[in-house]
Amino acid sequence: MLTLVGEDRPGIVAKVTQALYQAGCSLGEASMIRLGGSFTIMMMVSGPQTPEGLTQVLAPAVDELGLRLHIDPVTGGLHRHLVPNVQVRVTGADRAGIVAEVTGALAAAGFNILELESDVAGDPQRPVYIMSIQGYSEQTVEALQQAVAGLGAEGITVDVSAVETLIG
Amino acid sequence: MAVLDILTLPDERLRQVSQSVTRFDAELRAFVADLEETRLAGPAAVGIAAPQVGRFERIVIVDVSGKKGVANHGHLVLVNPEITHWEGFEVGREGCLSVPDFTGNVIRATRIRLAARDPHGAELQFEMEGFEARAVQHEMDHLDGLLFVDRVVSRRTDLFQRKVYQKGGPTR
Ligand SMILES: [Zn+2]
Repeated sequence: MLTLVGEDRPGIVAKVTQALYQAGCSLGEASMIRLGGSFTIMMMVSGPQTPEGLTQVLAPAVDELGLRLHIDPVTGGLHRHLVPNVQVRVTGADRAGIVAEVTGALAAAGFNILELESDVAGDPQRPVYIMSIQGYSEQTVEALQQAVAGLGAEGITVDVSAVETLIG
Repeated sequence: MAVLDILTLPDERLRQVSQSVTRFDAELRAFVADLEETRLAGPAAVGIAAPQVGRFERIVIVDVSGKKGVANHGHLVLVNPEITHWEGFEVGREGCLSVPDFTGNVIRATRIRLAARDPHGAELQFEMEGFEARAVQHEMDHLDGLLFVDRVVSRRTDLFQRKVYQKGGPTR
């Protein structure tokens, strides 16, 4: 798995993927997104190179764009999908601890987070924290609602709903 | 009766636009029976469209009655379906028998009105919403050579849905 982070500028994805393509690599699951002023890439890659070889392949792009590169050898394959069956949406006053409170309650209820996205909305004086979590749980939606029920009192709204994946 | 082979990506035939059905005969009904058997043989599909088995005619089957708490019209065979009205939109997760091992979020109309024919040629009209309306829209896309992967939206799109502000209670 490759992790690349750098100041956001046009052409990062193109230069990085072009270098990987020319080196004969295959791309798998990836998350590429701007966070703050940085552009972040996390990407599953397979290819003939050792981690050192991959570092050399990417060196021109990394140097030119001022990226930081990290490589983790993993054995998971290019993709290994788990389908989420529960969605949790959280809104509340922007403050530290909101993520820890909600995810702590969910973890205690055996909820496995597959993805978590969060953002801050509202005006700068009264920011609102918005978080969307998708995950997998053997428990019912009702049981998870119970698990997070106590958190509403602390000024945040937590909505738990089933994710019904339509297959057709 | 037979379980038919399902075309999967990247088979180009999935991109073909299907023709309207003109003959409502016993052969059509035998095909519908095979299509249903094929749907039931797969992994919990709530719908299937004729072009997914290589027959490029405007025929779909939808049945969401097996999903708990979902409004539905039972088992539907829709021939030459047309959406005559739609309103609202909603993001939901979809997968497809023709796209193994992948699911993604897709925007669909929340409520639709639908005109179609049954396998004997009789006219049908439905008003439907939510999961059933989503299933019909997914299957009808197949008739026009479209797959849900053509409509997948960023996972972030979900983040700012109005539902965020609804408190508690069962949804969907
Ligand atoms: Zn499909």
